[in-house]
Amino acid sequence: MEKKNTGTLSPLLKRGINTTSGGMSRLQIIIVLAVSIFVLLTPQFLSSYRLNLVITILTAAYFAQCWNLMSGFTGQFSFGHAAFYGVGAYMSSILSVDYGVNPWIGMLAGMLAAGIVAAIIGYLSFHYNLRGDYFALATMAFCEILRVITKNTEFFHASTGVTISYSKDWKQMQFGGKEGYLYVAFIMLAAITFGLYKIRKTKIGLYFVAIRENEDAAKALGINAFRYKMTALIASAMLTALAGTFYAQYYLYIDPTICFGNSVSVSAITPCIIGGTGTIFGPIIGAAIIEPISELTNALLSQYVGLNMVVYGLILVLAILLMPNGVVGLFHKLRAKKQKGE
Amino acid sequence: MNASILQSLIDGMLMGGVYALAALGISLIFGVMKITNFAHGALITVGMYITYECCTLLGVTPYVALPITMVLMFLIGYIIQKICLNPIMGAGGHNQLLLTQGIAIVLENLILVLFTANYKSVTVPGFETAIRLGSITINKPKLVAFLFVAVISVGIYLVLNKTDLGKAIRATSTQPDGATLMGIVVSKINCIAFGIGVMCAGIAGALLIPTQNISPTSGNAYSLKCFVIAVFGGLGNIWGAVIAGLIIGVVEAYSALFLGGSWSEMVIYVIFILTLIIKPTGLLGKKG
Repeated sequence: MEKKNTGTLSPLLKRGINTTSGGMSRLQIIIVLAVSIFVLLTPQFLSSYRLNLVITILTAAYFAQCWNLMSGFTGQFSFGHAAFYGVGAYMSSILSVDYGVNPWIGMLAGMLAAGIVAAIIGYLSFHYNLRGDYFALATMAFCEILRVITKNTEFFHASTGVTISYSKDWKQMQFGGKEGYLYVAFIMLAAITFGLYKIRKTKIGLYFVAIRENEDAAKALGINAFRYKMTALIASAMLTALAGTFYAQYYLYIDPTICFGNSVSVSAITPCIIGGTGTIFGPIIGAAIIEPISELTNALLSQYVGLNMVVYGLILVLAILLMPNGVVGLFHKLRAKKQKGE
Repeated sequence: MNASILQSLIDGMLMGGVYALAALGISLIFGVMKITNFAHGALITVGMYITYECCTLLGVTPYVALPITMVLMFLIGYIIQKICLNPIMGAGGHNQLLLTQGIAIVLENLILVLFTANYKSVTVPGFETAIRLGSITINKPKLVAFLFVAVISVGIYLVLNKTDLGKAIRATSTQPDGATLMGIVVSKINCIAFGIGVMCAGIAGALLIPTQNISPTSGNAYSLKCFVIAVFGGLGNIWGAVIAGLIIGVVEAYSALFLGGSWSEMVIYVIFILTLIIKPTGLLGKKG
């Protein structure tokens, strides 16, 4: 299933080119700064329970942003991003629980391992030119393989999962209160978002978008598609591993389903779809919408087990049907309409 | 050992038949609309619960309830295509795939809300004992399921190849624009094709009921397996799906015999990845 070559640039690409010359508007910068300051101040006035929601939003946005780098910007649709998430979580946890390795080092080891896994997946898929849905299915199968391996191997504590002891020591990547986790999650999200914003202005960023829009045309223009797809995949995987380690250190428990389950892969995609795939702020906006709704329905409808996930699924379906380019796309459409009106 | 090899072959073939039918649905949907239906596993579960409800309400066996399940599942598929998928048929990319994933989440959890996570089962009188042939035992529900699958597959084949409706579906699958020019209402054909595909999932679910306890996540176990079979047989290729279903069923039974049940999944996924890499058009597909 390949994208039809229509010969025209999609609105997303056009916007990409516009922003590379113009950068962010003053209003956008003010909004970003205001939201950042607000988030950093939340520990001053929110309860521990509410802070948990803020941390969930930040980590969900970070995870989605990782997916966005590879699938949103480069167009290689991954349906198994949990693979890298799980590798990151398992690497740091097994190393620290069974071998006494410091989680900060385990985190780096996890990133490295996820990079290697991504290189294998990428080499096999891109070398044999898997595209579209076939690539999506392949990533899903790789993720399942990792789940089956961890589930059946004593080395990975099989299906019992890994429990990490709580030490409250930042050297062990654990923090006394929630605010420590919040600052770390914020820095991770800010860094990846800034990185994506910067990379979009570079040659590599434009190559990524060119490959997404029309791989054959990009190749014909001399872009080494294989190399840039690999770059995007490996970078995305290594950053995703970080999210996995963070999860393990925050919740202090992991098992094969928590790490490699299909719903984990979906949770990387949903914020992007709601906010706008392939945009800088889409995943963050998406996470800020879906996570509170998810939390709220979970709290309000707790007597009906599963109803919160029905709402989650419905939001995903409605988002795709009603705003195919997400909130950001909707916003651009409204602005275009307004300009036309004037 | 010889007996267990033969036993696994028979068990594998019988289960493979049911997989084949479910995979046939995926293949048909992909063949006609180029949609990878991630909701297929959840729809198998829906088929199971519809049949379960019929059985408990009417006090009949799943086989008697089958026509009701078929009609309801066809309607569910028709409606999903009409309301959710037809509006975004033109939109490329992965929106259709994600939409079916969203539908899967909704269906699976709706079942959880309505029926709770408790296991449910339907027993068919006279089917508790297995047929014994020397040292081989044949599970009755699986045998009956296999026979049903054979009849229904032939039925679908006849509909696709011998009727005007089938001709219209095949035309839409090869050339939607051309089909439109010939006066075929493609959007309606899409609904019917999706309906038939979903019906296949439902029948598979109904036939699996006597062989297992059901829960809201039961279908998931078959979901990726069906993709493996559909791709292995060549997406869009009906006979490919049937043959691949039988092969995967046997492979699964043998890998469970030699490697243990928990690792048999692994073998199937490896076959899947190898197929995707070496010949993504599948067994009976054109050269990749």
